[in-house]
Amino acid sequence: MTAGQPGIVIIGVGNEYRSDDGAGIAVARRLRAIFPKGVTILEESGEGAALMQAWQGATCVMLVDAVRSGASPGTIHRLDARAAPMPAGFFHYSTHAFSVAEAVELARSLDQLPPHLIVYGIEGANFAAGIELSPAVEQAVEVMVERLAQKIQAAVDNFT
Amino acid sequence: MKSRTVRVDYLARVEGEGALLVKIKGEQVTDVQFKIFEPPRFFEAFLRGRKFYEAPDITARICGICPIAYQMSACHALEDACGIKITGPIRDLRRLIYCGEWIESHALHVYLLHAPDFLGYEDAIRMAKDHPDEVKRGLRLKKAGNEIVRLLGGREIHPINVRVGGFYKAPHKQDFSALAEELKWARDAALATVRWVASFAFPDFDRDYEFVALRHPDEYPFNEGRLVSNRGLDIAIRDYDQHFVEEHVAHSNALQSRLHERNSYFVGPLARYNLNFDKLSPMAQEAARSAGLGPVCRNPFQSIIVRSVEMVYACDEALRIIEHYEMPDPPAVKIEPRVGTGYGCTEAPRGICYHRYRIDDRGIILDCKIVPPTSQNQKTIEGDLRQFVQTRLALPKDKLQWQCEQAVRNYDPCISCATHFLKLQIESE
Repeated sequence: MTAGQPGIVIIGVGNEYRSDDGAGIAVARRLRAIFPKGVTILEESGEGAALMQAWQGATCVMLVDAVRSGASPGTIHRLDARAAPMPAGFFHYSTHAFSVAEAVELARSLDQLPPHLIVYGIEGANFAAGIELSPAVEQAVEVMVERLAQKIQAAVDNFT
Repeated sequence: MKSRTVRVDYLARVEGEGALLVKIKGEQVTDVQFKIFEPPRFFEAFLRGRKFYEAPDITARICGICPIAYQMSACHALEDACGIKITGPIRDLRRLIYCGEWIESHALHVYLLHAPDFLGYEDAIRMAKDHPDEVKRGLRLKKAGNEIVRLLGGREIHPINVRVGGFYKAPHKQDFSALAEELKWARDAALATVRWVASFAFPDFDRDYEFVALRHPDEYPFNEGRLVSNRGLDIAIRDYDQHFVEEHVAHSNALQSRLHERNSYFVGPLARYNLNFDKLSPMAQEAARSAGLGPVCRNPFQSIIVRSVEMVYACDEALRIIEHYEMPDPPAVKIEPRVGTGYGCTEAPRGICYHRYRIDDRGIILDCKIVPPTSQNQKTIEGDLRQFVQTRLALPKDKLQWQCEQAVRNYDPCISCATHFLKLQIESE
């Protein structure tokens, strides 16, 4: 986060070469096109230590990642990280030992969660190699971008 | 006859996907299989037909934890093929970026993956509630290592600034000032890490291993040296294929390596330490001694201490290099390809990483071979478990399973690398 900006940080998590796993990255890129400066918008692979670093010092963090929970593709889950633990097995595509859910829980153990951390999970359908989003996920990405753009605009208006 | 199975269907806290099966018949361990079912990744096949200078960036993608090892082994092998040897400040920068990788990889394993085993926690998240200061120290150490890789490599994961012949861009001396301050903190933190892990309780276990590592006349090994062992192996890197073989076994997608003449061997921090104790910096040697280690350590559970000693060394060495750094100009040696075969072997955090490339006169890769450290340790891991379980058959099943997982984690196995996930199953018939 840079000084002189509202304390809001957007983090898109995923792998753009794994089809719907790129949903979080797509959201971050589209938001950056709308807000080219003045707001911290990050793309992350999902490696836990890097995530903890990314949200350090931020007041309000909104993180978007693809999930596979069994819901219908394109479903948007909203998890308030401060309110409840991350559901186990939600963000499990990473073979890394330490990813989104672990980063949130480790930060909670260390009392390093940002004051507001909302995790949005976009239900994916296809996680095979490829760079296309499934139609339902594409739609969810658009909904997500619109929703977050409103929140960012409100934060910017409030700040200036 | 009473038979049992100990089964871990998903071994956590390792990199990648795999499983472990231990079969026990009566009072005898009859079979141990370290299974790697992460799909094969065919890196060697898709390097064929690529230009020689693409190899460091392609092979970096084999691993998100140790990309530097792949980049370095690829560079050295291709420079060898082209008849070039890199010296001076570019060589120093390579050692420096390798220090960064050891620090970040070892800090992750010591603090977040292995320490919870010794302290009786299911994972680092639960451990952090009772040991917050230690976990914070581990995370900051990892970050210090990442910072070296970011500064020299352009970014922390899959760096983009390494090339055959050197670097695309070299940092100015003043770019290191903030990093040097953090590394002084990191060196103290690494010393504190050695003291912390030395206080853990270690199972009484050792075997008569053949340790294999690089050895260099002047320094603790990262990039160069001869391949040596405690049983008389002493060969040039280019003779690797004459002494080591890779075999496919039914239960693993990763090829298993063994020595032609003997059999399984042990690579990684313990092997490096046992074969190169005299080359550690005085501060690292002193840290090892005060932790109760002699110049040779055969208990793989104590590898967590050795990893911590190596963090001390890596911080110390990084500070030494930064202090004497003069910016290389140009940052890379120009390389003209020629027909030939080149060999490279460097010390990844988990042990030796061997690369061989054959190129044509236009620098096109015709054939290559990549042997990551975890595939070399597979047979040794199986051997450890066979002996370990045999003496602990009286343990309750859940405790036995826990200790088996801990024994596998002694090797910090990187399964993603080895196939270019882990489950444990102990079965009694």
